[in-house]
Parts: sequence; C-alpha cells; structure tokens
Amino acid sequence: MNSSIKISNINHSFGEVQALKDISFEVAPGELFGLIGPDGAGKSTLFRILTTLLVPSSGNATVAGWDVKKDLKQIRRRVGYMPGRFSLYQDLTVEENLQFFATIFGTTIEEGYHLIEEIWVQIEPFRKRRAGKLSGGMKQKLALCCALIHQPEVLFLDEPTTGVDAVSRREFWDMLQRLKEHGITILVSTPYMDEAMRCERIALIQAGEILSIDTPQGIIGSYKKPLFAVRSKNFYQLLQDLRGYEGTERVEPFGEYLHLTTKAQVDSEVIETLMNNQGHQEIVVKPVEATIEDVFLDLM
Amino acid sequence: MSAENAITAHQLTKRFGDFTAVDAISFEVKKGEIFGFLGANGAGKTTAIRMLTGLNRPTGGEATVAGFDVYRQSEKIKENIGYMSQKFSLYEDLSIRQNIRFYGGIYGLRSNEIKEKTEQILTSLTLEAYADKIVGELPLGWKQRLAFAVANVHDPAIVFLDEPTGGVDPATRRRFWEMIYATANLGRTIFVTTHYMDEAEYCDRISIMVDGKIAALGSPGELKERFSATTMDEVFVSLARPK
Repeated sequence: MNSSIKISNINHSFGEVQALKDISFEVAPGELFGLIGPDGAGKSTLFRILTTLLVPSSGNATVAGWDVKKDLKQIRRRVGYMPGRFSLYQDLTVEENLQFFATIFGTTIEEGYHLIEEIWVQIEPFRKRRAGKLSGGMKQKLALCCALIHQPEVLFLDEPTTGVDAVSRREFWDMLQRLKEHGITILVSTPYMDEAMRCERIALIQAGEILSIDTPQGIIGSYKKPLFAVRSKNFYQLLQDLRGYEGTERVEPFGEYLHLTTKAQVDSEVIETLMNNQGHQEIVVKPVEATIEDVFLDLM
Repeated sequence: MSAENAITAHQLTKRFGDFTAVDAISFEVKKGEIFGFLGANGAGKTTAIRMLTGLNRPTGGEATVAGFDVYRQSEKIKENIGYMSQKFSLYEDLSIRQNIRFYGGIYGLRSNEIKEKTEQILTSLTLEAYADKIVGELPLGWKQRLAFAVANVHDPAIVFLDEPTGGVDPATRRRFWEMIYATANLGRTIFVTTHYMDEAEYCDRISIMVDGKIAALGSPGELKERFSATTMDEVFVSLARPK
C-alpha cells in the first residue's frame, strides 16, 4: 500500500485517561489532510506518536513507509514537525534558528531554500531579531521555515493557526496550498471548523475518537436532515422558543442565524407561521446546506 | 452621559518609544451591551484592554471604566470589573470550591457572601457533585464556564473576556455564548474579543481595530451593509487587508 501515513488501530492511554481510541486512517502521498477537533480531542497525542516522540499503548503506524515504533531515525529524518506550542530557541536570532535546524539535519539553508523562499522573504527583514521577540504571526512563519528546511516528505502541523486572526489564518492556508505543489504530504490539525474546507480530506475527531473521515464536501453531503437558517428580531428569545417546538431536533446559533434541524421534512412557511404566532418580528426562514460544524455537532 | 455608559474612551493613546500601539481611539460601550472588540494580531487590542483594565497607564487621551478614571482610579476599576482570558486564570491544583473561595477573597467578599456565591455557582453550573474536584482534572468546557462564573463572583459592572472560546468544541462554544447572553440580560456589560467571526455576529456592537486605530464601529448589520458584505468575515478581511 502506497500511503504516506498509515495508522492502524492506534490506542493510547495516559493512566486512566484514554486519549486515543482505535484510530485508523491513511493519508496519500502529496495529500493535504486535516484533523479537525477541539482541544483535548487527542490531536497532539496522535502527532506525537506519528513523529516518534511517544510510543502508542497499542496499534501500529507507518510514516513514509517506516514503522513509528522501530524506525525512529528514518522517520525523524523524513518529517517536519511544527508543535502546537512555539518550540524554537527564543534567544537565538531568526537566522540562527534556521541555521541550527539546517545543521542538525545535516543540510544547508541553500539546499532547502526553494521550499521556504516565499515564507522566508516575509521574515527576512527581522533575521537579526531574537525569535522570542517576534510577533505571533512571525513566530509561526519562522517555525514553518524551520520545519521545512530539510525538505521533509511529510509535514506535521499541530494547530498552526490557533489564536491567529481570521485574515492571517487565511494567508497561512494559502501558503499550505502552495507547499502542496512541491509534493509534500501535509497532516494539519485545527480547532477551527471553517478551515476544514481548505483540506482535501478531513477526519473529525472528538474525545479520542474519529467521528467521520471524508472529503469536506462528502462530510457536508452526509448531513441528510432538514436544515434551516432562521432569524428574527429577538434572537435569544427565538432560540428559547424553537427549543420548545416539538418538531425541533436541534437548534443552535450560527452567526447571525440560528440553524434549526427538524425531525421531519417541513416547509419554511410552517416554521414562519409558528414564529409569527409566538409574536416574533422580522422573521427570516430559509433552507440551507450544512456546514462542517453542523455535522460535527450532530455527530458529537 | 456616564449614567448609560459602562466604558468611555476619548482619544485614548499608548506609545512604546516611537511606536504607537493604540492611536487616539474613541468609543463608548453602553451598560448591558455585548461589545465585540476585534482586530488582527498586533492591531493593538491587548494594549487597549490593558489600559481599560487599569494595568497600563495611557500615554494620552481619556477613558473611564464603570465610572472610574483610568489614570487616577485604576484600583477602583480593578474592583469593579471581571476578567477572563483564554488561559482561564483558574488555579489548576485547587478544587472548584477553593478557586471560588480564593477569588471571592481577592475581591473582598465576606465569608458568608463567599459561601452563598459558592452554592449559587455550583447550582447554576450543576457542579454540586464535583465541588471538591481539582480543577486541572475537569473537562475544558467545564473549566471555561467555571472561569466565567468566577470572573463574575463579585458582581462586577463589566466583564472583560479575552478570547474566551479558543479551542473549545462547537457545542461548548455555543453554551458559553448562552451564558454571556444570560449575563448581559441581567444588565452586566460584556466586553469580548474573539477570532471566531460567527461570534462577532452575537455582539450588539463591534469595533474593529487596524494598526492601532478603530477602523469601524457599529452593529454587525450596519457593518455588513457599510462594507457590502454578507458575513462579518468579509468585513474583517476587507478592513484588515485593504486593496
């Protein structure tokens, strides 16, 4: 099987806490694969296992064809890893950090430069600055350069966009799309559900279990229940009222609308009349397509 | 004027050397309002919040929080606000009950008041059975709701929430916003920062900071109309990355 990452029945426990429960999936070479789930879902534990930093309680996995339990050196040479917590040397300069990572991997900045060029030019003006003195966005870019400088086959990015603003997040994902063109396999985790759409395939993960694996469109398409976007002038009251409606399966705020899933197929007009009768004003009801977050909430 | 306003800022400015982090911002937050304070990383949000919470002295301009002056009455401000950050500010190796008692004590509540508050919080969060459990062992969503309750322990006029929902699952995130709504309905003012653009929609009004200035301020509906956008995400992008 020609998989870049192959995970078979991985379990991991920390004392009594079962952090990963029977995880299995594969990532194809050159694929951009997203692990989508909240804090505590087990994402970082899985990354640590795949990068040979943690031995799983049971199960097997291979990365670039090598066994995570036996072939530590081979794997470490072939992967780039950007952990969730900033882990560069704070009192080395930007340039010294990059040089350091190139040296320990037995390569030079020149050899890997083509991979990092686009990102590096953005931080180069600060190359004499200590890494600890960089802004959040700059740290993130430096960490990515350091994870790429030895030209890894597989790149592991653990929550690279957490705490990053909506615009910088978007730019980061544009950067990943371009990295993909170099043929690197990328496994990236995120708690932001909207970022799932930027991946080729995703796994939804919650409390150590995989809820679903598919393309983003496939996951959205798996939501077969009737779904409506609803709003009225008194948003909070509307939420309470719709919770009390017998035809409601679930109702949750989604930005300026509530998303209402009904138990059976109904017309928008039926819901509108119902709200009207309860005294709501400026009512809008329309059928909508599910988002990744709707599916996640449904599967939780 | 200050009777209806929880926060007023006029030309509020903070400079670090020759760098102007907050550049003459002016705005008002009404009592009982949910006010979203948005901006890209590095836009100056944190510096502005530090001035409003009495932690940093402004370089220029004026501001009052809960009726108190940020220059002369910063200790009064601290007594009259609640604060919760993404890191939750709870003591992980104390129990739920001990955390409530600790913060109650810090805010000068009497011991009978602390007892009363403890029961009230445990009941409202349905955590009675877990009162003596160590906070570090609690699920993230519980910690988050407990941190919010603790930030409200002294019935402050205003609560500052700095990215309160980062990393939590979508169901918990929504339950948390319902707590915010319920609290605002009691007349308490909420000042909140977030990177989730759908949460921006839940605010009564929003300001968006760009390069130390407030680039836009209004209700989500007004802002979307002004920028011909269908979502707050589009508004945010068009402001933070013009061209």
